[in-house]
Amino acid sequence: MLIPGILYYIIFHYVPIYGILIGFKDFKLMAGRSYLRMVMEAPWVGFKHLESFFRAPNFWQLVRNTFLLSFFSLIFGFPAPIILALALNEVRARFYQRFVQTVSYLPHFLSLVAVVGMMKLMLSPSTGFAATVITWFRGEPLYFFNMPQWFRPLYIGSGIWQGAGWGAIIYLAALAGVSVELYESAVIDGATRLRQIWHITLPTIKPTIVILLILSFSGLFRVGAEKVLLMYSPATYETADVIATYVLRRGLLQQNFSFGAAVGLMNSVINLILLVTGNYVAKKISGQSLW
Amino acid sequence: MVRDTSVSSKILTGVVHIILFFVLIATLFPILHIIAISFSHANEVRQRNVILLPRRSTLLAYKTILTDKYIPRSFLNSVLITAIGTSINLLITGLLAYPLSKNDLPFRKTVMIFIAITLFFGGGLIPLYLLVLSLGMHNTWWALVLPGAVGTFNLIILISFFKSVSPELEDAARIDGADYLYIFFRIVVPLSKAAIAAIALFYAVGHWMSWFGPYIFLTDKKKFPLQLMMMLTILQYRAAQSMADRGNEEALLQYYRDRPLNAESIQYATLVFGLLPMLIIYPFAQKYFVRGVMIGSLKA
Repeated sequence: MLIPGILYYIIFHYVPIYGILIGFKDFKLMAGRSYLRMVMEAPWVGFKHLESFFRAPNFWQLVRNTFLLSFFSLIFGFPAPIILALALNEVRARFYQRFVQTVSYLPHFLSLVAVVGMMKLMLSPSTGFAATVITWFRGEPLYFFNMPQWFRPLYIGSGIWQGAGWGAIIYLAALAGVSVELYESAVIDGATRLRQIWHITLPTIKPTIVILLILSFSGLFRVGAEKVLLMYSPATYETADVIATYVLRRGLLQQNFSFGAAVGLMNSVINLILLVTGNYVAKKISGQSLW
Repeated sequence: MVRDTSVSSKILTGVVHIILFFVLIATLFPILHIIAISFSHANEVRQRNVILLPRRSTLLAYKTILTDKYIPRSFLNSVLITAIGTSINLLITGLLAYPLSKNDLPFRKTVMIFIAITLFFGGGLIPLYLLVLSLGMHNTWWALVLPGAVGTFNLIILISFFKSVSPELEDAARIDGADYLYIFFRIVVPLSKAAIAAIALFYAVGHWMSWFGPYIFLTDKKKFPLQLMMMLTILQYRAAQSMADRGNEEALLQYYRDRPLNAESIQYATLVFGLLPMLIIYPFAQKYFVRGVMIGSLKA
């Protein structure tokens, strides 16, 4: 019974690992030979590909973009679901709370293509809503989507738009478990609502916050190519091009397979290190961890 | 609940309501706005008259995309890919999870470690791409459905769920002479409907939204799924807009003159077309989505 599942794992997870070897070789695609043989027969070149990556003229730019994108996403994106959850928690009318909550995680279910598409259309200088609003104020509409300095705010903003509501669910679930007596005794002690939030609500979700924060940190280098790919264009490369998209262009589309494999490997290793480190730190700090 | 009504409390309530109101508007407005534009006459759109409701409504944009050679077909493709893909997902994940949920399976620990490693370390995109190529799956739907057949998280969820099926039931069936496969399909599966439904939902949504796999593996436009088609349609006009950016107004006007009057409306209509299924299903299905996440996170 196990056979299909195990076969799957062998074929699609372990065989590609063998393919990593080409990162250290000069791999050429030859018609009519099996994959395994092609990998075996390619000549070894050691670290040549990784070196060419590090020597690329835009190497530091790529690293900087990758890092800044995740970092700012974290800074702005992390508090948003928390604030939303806190706000929703303060609402007394059940129906209103449910309604806003349901609406708030609608964007999470829209596909990435749809969200980026909406963004692009609404920002278009000719028909977009953004342009309309700007003309109300007598300004000149710009093509924001194509401007490097706008890339990060747009990327992060749309990320928050899509993710805040969904992220709030986890916090709300934790908040629902707070016993009512805690609040009541706080009120008897004369606490204002603000203090109630600070001393009761927030500590309740502290463990959740810590775990999610650690998880986010360990994903710092992991800017997925998908969203950037959808959003960027040659005009915005200087802020938008991240390691993943560069590897995609040079490794896959230009068929430098060895190069792509080498950098991909490096990326995996770095992410792994970050994940393990992050978990270790979490354990040390709060006794909470992933395993 | 007893709450106080001091001034700071009133301010807090005010702030909360502002935040929630903002969330409502920010979420709903873009969607409604885009729907409105897609139904409006192109001239009204250019004069910026359309905000929330359509002006001089026309179905021309929708007519164009529904009679297009590729767009309606891509919708069908997505449905098929999602159906086939999810079925394969469930089958393989299920078949893998059941034996692994039995603690007395020989080599169980080894297999679990074997699988866990793949969570942390993988070959990366390029080796996978080469593998797919050499297996002859390039430009077929197999490339979209097989490489992701088992989602490791989903597997773990299913394993823990299967563990909670009472062993007495299985022993009773064993005594009556049933073999493993029979027990699996006739007993365990019906009892685990909740978990299976949740996982099915995750897999299905994943298939529906996928565009990147199709982007790199498919070359035949007739096989493209909806999301990819959407991406191309809205991206295709990028060339024209970059021209405008560099001040080449001439080329931009020429580009639009050669196209049907409502060139941008087509992009809007395509977007709405792609959003529609999700928007319709959402009110009904969101309960199940949330429940699915709860099941998943509790087990994790």
